[in-house]
Amino acid sequence: MITVHNLTKAYNSNTVLNIGHLEIPKGQSFGLVGNNGAGKTTLFSLLLDLIQPSSGHIINNEVQVDQSEEWKPFTSAFIDESFLIGYLTPEEYFYFIGELRGRNKADVDALLANYADFFHGEILGQKKYLRDLSKGNQKKVGIVASFIGNPEVVILDEPFANLDPTTQIRLKGIIKDLAAKEGVTVLVSSHDLIHVTEVCERIVVLNKGEVVKDIHTSAETLKELEAFFAGSSYQPQ
Amino acid sequence: MFKHFMGLQWKSFYRSASFKTEIWFKILMALGALYFIVVFLGLGFGAYFMIEEAGWGDPLRVVNRFMVYYLTFDLVFRYMLQKMPVTNIKPLLYLPFKKSQVVNFSLGKTVVSFFNWSHAFFFIPFSVVLLTKDYPFAQVVGWHLAMMAIIYCNNFINVMVNNKDTVFYIFAGVIILAGVSQYYEWFDITLYAQPIFDYFYDMPWTAIVPWVLLLGLYFLAFGYFKKHMYLDGGLAKKHTEVRTENLDWLNRFGNLGTFLKNDIKLIKRNKRSRTAVLTGFFFIFYGLLFFTGAIEAYDGPFWKIFAGIFVTGGFLFSFGQYVPSWDSSYYPLMMSQNIKYREYLSSKWYLIIIATVISTILATFYVYFGWEAYAAVLVGAIYNIGINSYLVLWGGAYVKTPIELTSNKKAFGDKQAFNAKTLLLTLPKLLLPMVIYAIGHFLISPLAGYLFVAAFGLMGFVFKERAFKMIEGIYKKEKYKTLLAYKQK
Repeated sequence: MITVHNLTKAYNSNTVLNIGHLEIPKGQSFGLVGNNGAGKTTLFSLLLDLIQPSSGHIINNEVQVDQSEEWKPFTSAFIDESFLIGYLTPEEYFYFIGELRGRNKADVDALLANYADFFHGEILGQKKYLRDLSKGNQKKVGIVASFIGNPEVVILDEPFANLDPTTQIRLKGIIKDLAAKEGVTVLVSSHDLIHVTEVCERIVVLNKGEVVKDIHTSAETLKELEAFFAGSSYQPQ
Repeated sequence: MFKHFMGLQWKSFYRSASFKTEIWFKILMALGALYFIVVFLGLGFGAYFMIEEAGWGDPLRVVNRFMVYYLTFDLVFRYMLQKMPVTNIKPLLYLPFKKSQVVNFSLGKTVVSFFNWSHAFFFIPFSVVLLTKDYPFAQVVGWHLAMMAIIYCNNFINVMVNNKDTVFYIFAGVIILAGVSQYYEWFDITLYAQPIFDYFYDMPWTAIVPWVLLLGLYFLAFGYFKKHMYLDGGLAKKHTEVRTENLDWLNRFGNLGTFLKNDIKLIKRNKRSRTAVLTGFFFIFYGLLFFTGAIEAYDGPFWKIFAGIFVTGGFLFSFGQYVPSWDSSYYPLMMSQNIKYREYLSSKWYLIIIATVISTILATFYVYFGWEAYAAVLVGAIYNIGINSYLVLWGGAYVKTPIELTSNKKAFGDKQAFNAKTLLLTLPKLLLPMVIYAIGHFLISPLAGYLFVAAFGLMGFVFKERAFKMIEGIYKKEKYKTLLAYKQK
């Protein structure tokens, strides 16, 4: 589904991302872990054509993302609050995204009904604008909005941060189902090793912009990751 | 402790993004400030002689008579523009400062605000002139000190009523009523207000009264602030009541309707965009300066076109100028959602067109000033729709100023919005139609001038596709720079 070719991103002479080759097949739940500044958000921003690669390119379902806009109909994402429109209510925001993705109100309502648990009664019908919701609730809105319109690729940056424990557990179930039942390619980044190992079939570790581990998740993965991050990988400068 | 506060203040000043602007813009700003200082100084020195010459009586009494309006306008201006000192208090709350120190410092900060000392440019020269005209020293000083105290009273009144919109609107309503009833001679508030200000001159010791009042207001403001210095109190972000509106009738326009719905909500629900639209609305009346012959310099024939462009282009200039910055806070969403650049741009274009048409209809009253006046408005509208609507979108690609929708900060001009490219683009927006008109006017006749400008505007319609293609290309080229700029708040 997604192929990364000789991708680099550099600011002046400082290379922040350098990935020779990376292939993510359709329907995979893909986890990205790494310390601050490892290049996770940079990779996601490149995937969404929000920044330009210094060299190389990304192919998303046969579309080169920095050349054509054709990847937009089947790709959706929630990176941070800049993906929310603060002066809309959650409902208006969902309908807005729905209309952009060719879904009418009834379609969106049907989808939202599936996430009643996830919302925990704090999102819909609250008579509040998004900018007045708490950080955690804003995140819930952004995540669910990225599921609207049956995207084939869903990109979530740090989806577990700021969520309460109950919601974290529910989100894990949702992400697993998306990949397993609906064949959606889900890309997730996280600082929480336990969450990623539970959710993702495959985990890639980035360190200073380079892929240092590419693991198919198994019972030992968590130990392996913990050993890695506790050990030599982190060299404060 | 005070040293710490000053240190923080100084850093926040010279490290602020606005401080790091281009040098020539700083010069421009300094010149602007200088201009206002000169105007105020001129007023201060000149007021005495102007009033004397006009023969309205004792200049001091005349000034006292209208002082009540001066002060209320000051209060209104402060309410709209003066920033409250609460910002930046939050990080200090849990640090080992005494609360009273923080409050004293914050209130003290308002004392040195521009809104206070700018008045000195009027009052000091005026008092000096009074002294040179042999007004008794003690009495003038008493009056002067009293005025100073009252200006500062305004400062603290504003601190306390800030953000209480109902109070403000009632107040503003009373002022307007007072002004109107004075004009029609029903009731003259100045007759009752003047004696108060005269007292300060006639009996200089009464100047103590406003100073006591000032002290009282300071303590009130102090108590008010201290009581409200909690995260869920005065420091809380205000939550706005949700108003939903049904805009489903726009659905028939497909994706375009989706964007238009969003833009209407954007305008209605955010302070900053409401201000912009209101400013645009007032532009409609700008033409009165030209067509009534109120200002002689504007009597040249091509100034009519200038007026026509502004009358119908208020929205275009006040709102359109900042496309796409209105969407700056969620630009990454717009850029990664299932949106084609073309659709996004054309929705903004239609918004500008609709607003221009509405302005043109509202401006029908210019017919009263003769056919030429309304022709200028109509021709201005055609030029705005045909040419300026593209130019404004084009210029927007280079305006990379993130807009904070919920505050009116920087609503009146922003240095980043001025750069060489946008300045260059204003030339064809305003000067070109004037030149075209002048050619027609002087070579053939006024009518030909209007027709020339209209023809130019109509040409814009013909080349719509091509214009859009070019603008789209520029937006695409600038996309990454724009995204980066919007990130830096």
